Amino acid sequence: MGSISLEHVNKSFGDVQVIPDISLDIKDGEFVVFVGPSGCGKSTLLRLIAGLEDTSSGTILLDGVDMTDAPPARRGLAMVFQSYALYPHMSVRDNIAFPLKMAKLPKEVIDQKVDYAARTLNLSSYLDRRPRALSGGQRQRVAIGRAIVREPKAFLFDEPLSNLDAALRVNMRLEITELHQQLKTTMIYVTHDQVEAMTMADRIVVLNAGNVEQFGSPLDLYKKPANRFVAGFIGSPRMNFVDGAEAAKYDAHSIGVRPEHFVLTRIPAPGSWEGVVSVAEQLGSDTFLHVQVGEFGLMTIRTDGEETFSHGDDVYLTPDATRIYRFDADGKAL
Amino acid sequence: MATQQTNTLARVMMAPAVIVLLIWMIVPLVMTIWFSFQNYSLINPMMTGFAGWANYIYVIGDPSFTQALVNTLLLVGGVLIITVIGGTFIALLLDQPIWGQGILRILVISPFFVMPPVAALIWKNGFLHPGYGMFGHLFKMLGLQPVDWFAQYPLFSIIVIVAWQWLPFATLILLTALQSLSEEQREAAEMDGANAINRFWYIIMPHMARAITIVILIQTIFLLGIFAEIRVTTGGGPGYASTNIAFLVFRTGILSNDIGAGSAGGVVAVIIANIVAFFLMRAVGKNLDA
Ligand SMILES: Nc1ncnc2c1ncn2[C@@H]1O[C@H](COP(=O)(O)OP(=O)(O)OP(=O)(O)O)[C@@H](O)[C@H]1O
Ligand SMILES: [Mg+2]
Repeated sequence: MGSISLEHVNKSFGDVQVIPDISLDIKDGEFVVFVGPSGCGKSTLLRLIAGLEDTSSGTILLDGVDMTDAPPARRGLAMVFQSYALYPHMSVRDNIAFPLKMAKLPKEVIDQKVDYAARTLNLSSYLDRRPRALSGGQRQRVAIGRAIVREPKAFLFDEPLSNLDAALRVNMRLEITELHQQLKTTMIYVTHDQVEAMTMADRIVVLNAGNVEQFGSPLDLYKKPANRFVAGFIGSPRMNFVDGAEAAKYDAHSIGVRPEHFVLTRIPAPGSWEGVVSVAEQLGSDTFLHVQVGEFGLMTIRTDGEETFSHGDDVYLTPDATRIYRFDADGKAL
Repeated sequence: MATQQTNTLARVMMAPAVIVLLIWMIVPLVMTIWFSFQNYSLINPMMTGFAGWANYIYVIGDPSFTQALVNTLLLVGGVLIITVIGGTFIALLLDQPIWGQGILRILVISPFFVMPPVAALIWKNGFLHPGYGMFGHLFKMLGLQPVDWFAQYPLFSIIVIVAWQWLPFATLILLTALQSLSEEQREAAEMDGANAINRFWYIIMPHMARAITIVILIQTIFLLGIFAEIRVTTGGGPGYASTNIAFLVFRTGILSNDIGAGSAGGVVAVIIANIVAFFLMRAVGKNLDA
């Protein structure tokens, strides 16, 4: 069991209000990702749930029980820190066993659980090493091992993969997703990497300056962004925005078109925008073109890797009319 | 790159410093060893010449030597226990966020800046004197007989004075170590269900092991040679009750004017210091690597 509810949670550090008012309902077994730009309060929100920070006002319910003022140990949550926070003077085995030892479990039970966790995470051959003698990915796994042996109500991850290299990151991403499918325990995962958010989450919370901009499934966020911020944040490369007269044609203050929703031609087409290629980034499977489009500025276009473009080529962009996002003056989606 | 030429140059440039240091160290040591094998007493200037092991036999055979050795170890051990435990405790308190932290820290450090003889005098007259010391007044207020500390508990009194002086040093080093413990580790332990005592025992103590080792090593070096505090307060007495090896050397060599025996005592003191250092490094030295 592990449902988490926040009701009008507010957090200020002195005079600085970091989280004005957040209400969220996270269901048991869900994988929820908090995503947002740096400094938007993701870590703070996670630490509030963990009990490592006091809430200024509002309530936090775990499984329906008010835990707002409960100390971290009583909440039954496990956290994986960005720096892993392993205990350097303990062996891997002792690190993983530490929460069980604190819970005063009998020695045989501890050994059995540690061995099981080590096997699940491929750590069996490192159990007697110190954390110092492990690679980044292995340390990460030890930190996860330390979290899973406790069988917590929910896991909290604070940017757990940001210290790993790109290839390992993809691996660990899969491992964590698999772990979630296996354990079916609630997980809250903080990241500023929207690819991680899209690929791992059941539901995503997009945060901006301490406010929830949107809370929904990855595809919902991609297809029906609630506002311009979410539209710009979700999707890679970023959505292109156009204001002014062109937007007015669509009866909006501004419009947005994703890089993948253009038809690109070498000859003018009806309703197309004329532009000049400035940079072509070829990834093999795709090509990202940065096109200078008259008064609209620089736009990013995604095409397949078949045709090659080079600097200075004239191109014509036709936005897919069914996939133009319209926003009002406040940035709300229309 | 270290070429032949730069190597030679480096040696030549460093030579003066190395030579001065060597002379600085070797000359007094050789002279002490030389005197320790001579009949050299200022009271009896006629008796000169090679003494063989006589000075050593005289110093080590004397019952006061055994007592001084025990006193030295008690003094070092007692002060170490008080400063390490007390220092850890004060460091934990100072690490808490409180108002006026900066001033409080300076106050805690200040005893370290008081010169040893001055500190000893403050304690002798201000605190421990049975007639007008603070403790004397306190005892009288409670209707008790004031204690003449230096007469009744001489070694203990000196341990207290020296511990008072070294407590700031231990506190300072341990506080720095405590502050270098990553916040995330404490928080992880908290999430793992460790209460304050467990956090202290399993997280904080292992983290501070190295700092404690350094405190022990550095303090031992200085505590083996405690002198001023004894000179100013008890004068090593009553009898030999508060005489340590360093003070014994002083008593034999200077007070009794027997340079030969005093030198022998000095050489023995150097050997003892080395033995202590050897066992100390074996006991706690492993905390220093890595
Ligand atoms: N202890 C604190 N005292 C004062 N301000 C704080 C404190 N902790 C965080 N803040 C502020 O709260 C805001 C949110 O911080 P938080 O760490 O939650 O950001 P974040 O979304 O996790 O960012 P990042 O992606 O960079 O980790 C920041 O503006 C930060 O300066
Ligand atoms: Mg953060």
